[in-house]
Amino acid sequence: MIELEQVAYSYGEGELLSDISVSLTPGSFHFLTGPSGAGKTTFLKLCYGELVPTSGQARLFDRDVRSLTRDDIADIRRRIGVVHQDCQFLDHLPIADNIALPLTVAGKSVHSQDGNLSELMSWVGLRSRAAALPPELSGGERQRAALARAVIMSPDVILADEPTGNLDWEMSQRLLTLLVELNRMGKTVVIATHDIGLIRAAKSQVQARVLRIANRHLTVGADL
Amino acid sequence: MAKRFEISHVMDFIIGDAQAERAVPPTGFTARLTLFSAAVMAFLAVFALALSVSAGRLSERWSAELAQSATLRISAPQGQMQAQTDAAMSVLETTPGIESARVLDAAEQRKLLEPWFGPDVPLDSLPVPQLIEIVEADVGVDTEALRVRLAGEAPGAVLDDHTRWRKPLAAAASRLWFLGWLSIVLIFAVMGAMITLAANAALSANAKVISVMRLVGARDSYIVDAFVRRFTLRTLSGAAIGMVLGVVAVVMLPAARGEAGFLSDLGFAGAGWLWPLIIPALAAVVAFAATRAAARRTLKELR
Ligand SMILES: Nc1ncnc2c1ncn2[C@@H]1O[C@H](COP(=O)(O)OP(=O)(O)O)[C@@H](O)[C@H]1O
Ligand SMILES: [Mg+2]
Repeated sequence: MIELEQVAYSYGEGELLSDISVSLTPGSFHFLTGPSGAGKTTFLKLCYGELVPTSGQARLFDRDVRSLTRDDIADIRRRIGVVHQDCQFLDHLPIADNIALPLTVAGKSVHSQDGNLSELMSWVGLRSRAAALPPELSGGERQRAALARAVIMSPDVILADEPTGNLDWEMSQRLLTLLVELNRMGKTVVIATHDIGLIRAAKSQVQARVLRIANRHLTVGADL
Repeated sequence: MAKRFEISHVMDFIIGDAQAERAVPPTGFTARLTLFSAAVMAFLAVFALALSVSAGRLSERWSAELAQSATLRISAPQGQMQAQTDAAMSVLETTPGIESARVLDAAEQRKLLEPWFGPDVPLDSLPVPQLIEIVEADVGVDTEALRVRLAGEAPGAVLDDHTRWRKPLAAAASRLWFLGWLSIVLIFAVMGAMITLAANAALSANAKVISVMRLVGARDSYIVDAFVRRFTLRTLSGAAIGMVLGVVAVVMLPAARGEAGFLSDLGFAGAGWLWPLIIPALAAVVAFAATRAAARRTLKELR
């Protein structure tokens, strides 16, 4: 589904990531850990085609990233839902419209009364906040809205970058539960986090692999 | 079938996608500025067009009128005037290519001189030359041969076939025609430049919106269309307003028909009034191309 083969990445001076080989198979659940600045966000960007490896090969849905046209990239982003670290909303649009944005840009007309949309809004507990603008939401509400937007296209893969970064414990648990539910529906899930407690909590709910980035390298199945 | 498809495509473009419209926030100031510039440029373009069309018409008419006529001017001492006039007339009557020749009478001569000397010219006491109006046939006259014959028979006769002053006039008119069109080209070039600036401003003001749309899977064409549509429709309506105002201004130019100065002739005639309609259409095409190029350039820097 997503395969990296001897991938290296550099923003300019010196390699940030070196010789990374990993395969994210359908239905798998991964945690991505490592110290701040280790390259977790960079790794995820390589996984959804925002960045192209400086060497090695990244294959998304069996296609080399380098061979993708701009339209191909757009189409792939409809199959990979991303929860960005800083959420990335359009601040002038109500939160319901932001959540529906992937549908909108894919040319599917959406109505705020749409059954699926309001069901999704309830699932993340934002039904009563549908008309609020993103800056009016709390950190936890924003994270859940970002998750709702990431899954509205019913993608095959969900990449979540520090989704519990600024949430309290209880809210983190709720979000984790949502991601585990998605995994049970067959989606591949990757959660970048340095919250060890979250990883421990997940172990009882789901079969998860831990990927750890440190000193430019990725180790698979590292012990905690 | 293919034609139908294109028309529905254009209709889609005009009607637009309400959702896409909302995704890109309104940019009030840029919008008003674009509307204003398009209106001003279209207003100016109407005048450049009127100038060009009038100059073209004028140069055609002058060439046509002047080519058909010539004047014979006889200057002779009082006593020989009649004899030389008769001699010249008999030469003209036997010259091939001349349809008719006519000696102007005193009243007609007075009228021709009035603009220069006023209404009270004492024509009898002045050594005014006698004028003979010649209308040429379509085949044309061999003016050199005619001059030689006249020199023998009526030495005081000078043939003025108007080429002397027709040429610079026609040249001036066609130069004006050219300058008019050049102005139109320049006006549209400036319009393109201004729309590019405005579009770039709107694009960078919306850099975050664009990157979010791209992140959630928008294709380039979706984002480009949202901007192109705005700028094209805005320019189209601005140019339409400017064009209408320009045409009204041309209509209201003080008319001084008959005296036939160049200024009184500035304007459109008959079907020529349809010419200004191309201005908004052309403006829309320019806006479409300029915004599209600007948006594609911006998107290229984003993955
Ligand atoms: N666009 C960029 N240009 C240059 N350096 C960058 C860029 N993005 C991130 N970096 C650097 O790369 C390193 C890793 O960043 P990141 O992948 O965000 O790490 P993490 O998510 O693990 O905290 C950091 O030192 C950061 O400063
Ligand atoms: Mg990060």
